[in-house]
Amino acid sequence: MARFPIAGILIFCSLAGAASHAQESPYIVTYDHYLEEPGNLELEYFSTLGTERSGNGFHAYWVELEYGAKAWWTTEFYTDAQSTFGDGTLLTGWRWENRFRPLKREHFINPVVYVEYEQIQEADKILKEVEGHDVESDQAESNALARGTLDHELEFKLLLSKTFRGWNVAVNPLATKNLLPNKAWEFGYAMGASRPLRLGASPEACNFCRENFIAGVELYGGLGDSESFGLHATSHYLAAAVAWNLPSGWTVRFSPGFGLNSDSHRLLLRWGLSHEFNGFGEQVSRVWEKLR
Amino acid sequence: MSKGRMLLLWFSAGLSLSAFLVGSRAQNSAAGGRFDYSELRNVPEKARLRANPTDRDPRAVRVGKKLFGQHCAECHGEMGEGSKKAPSLRVEEVEQASPGALFWVLTNGVVRRGMPVWSKIPEPQRWSLVSYIKTLKPATDATTPTGAGPP
Repeated sequence: MARFPIAGILIFCSLAGAASHAQESPYIVTYDHYLEEPGNLELEYFSTLGTERSGNGFHAYWVELEYGAKAWWTTEFYTDAQSTFGDGTLLTGWRWENRFRPLKREHFINPVVYVEYEQIQEADKILKEVEGHDVESDQAESNALARGTLDHELEFKLLLSKTFRGWNVAVNPLATKNLLPNKAWEFGYAMGASRPLRLGASPEACNFCRENFIAGVELYGGLGDSESFGLHATSHYLAAAVAWNLPSGWTVRFSPGFGLNSDSHRLLLRWGLSHEFNGFGEQVSRVWEKLR
Repeated sequence: MSKGRMLLLWFSAGLSLSAFLVGSRAQNSAAGGRFDYSELRNVPEKARLRANPTDRDPRAVRVGKKLFGQHCAECHGEMGEGSKKAPSLRVEEVEQASPGALFWVLTNGVVRRGMPVWSKIPEPQRWSLVSYIKTLKPATDATTPTGAGPP
């Protein structure tokens, strides 16, 4: 059994110098159609700081491990947690996400199929997606009460995206099914547009060149459920988003989001830090071979 | 935790592990001669005939060299010599391919064979990459390609 921690240490030591310059989008909620490069591992951390009118504000955070299994398949594991001010901190669940690219070339619109399994508590506040009749007051409940309900959900998204003249436009309709009995399908959407600040590039590696910054905007919200579809009692957000892709392989994201109606949080301040490691799959394979 | 949930957890863990192994094994077996450059022959005529707009830009090759190091060298090798994961770019097929054909393959990738689409790199940068790739000479003709070398 001691082999596995040793293997983990070996892999991470060997990857320490194998960073990849990322070209990450600034989106935090919306997905474009680009998958992780095969064999690469991206380690990501995100935070959401939210205000709450009828309760305490919160800081929710999550860690993602994103791996390019194939050029047409990316798989990702999340674990998330939250701290509610004046209440407490708790782990709120985990998610396993897969994205599949069905078409082998670029087209006018590029679809990617997204399937995710979630096992999360009602206390989850990362707002990675907004769906159904999710409203601000849902999250005013104390952690002690909200942690008691554990949801098992399957989430499906169709990621539609296009990049033209440097602009990326992405639209993601979503449907979620809570696997607990008698739960309705819930619907939502996310969309975004973004562009690098410069389309050309300088010949030298640089941290502050304009081409390293991608700016954009996101709009996301709920569309009700299969029993009451529509905008009644739903929340919606408009967010600015910026990504800074450093030559060292790090990406920093920042996104202030604003609620668009009285059922939405007034402010969702998000930021994230990620790092891409080249050739993770190859390293795992080598270590695996050595151990056998 | 119920039996059903435990099963689902183990199933998820198993599938994730298989994704790692499938991905990494496929990359390691890629050296077994399955690179045949046929994608360059499948480029649509209109795309093949496109001229490189950065042809007259003296900085294009240097920009392309930097971008190659950032995005391509990981699989194609620091000097484009190829690796287990991706074919050599220092071959006649690439040397003789039109800039438009290289741009098209770069944009669309060869997804089923492991090359991702690179349309997320802005168009002027992709053309600079093409400028640099066109300086790579087949290994039999020259040991050090013009403009090549670790970026």
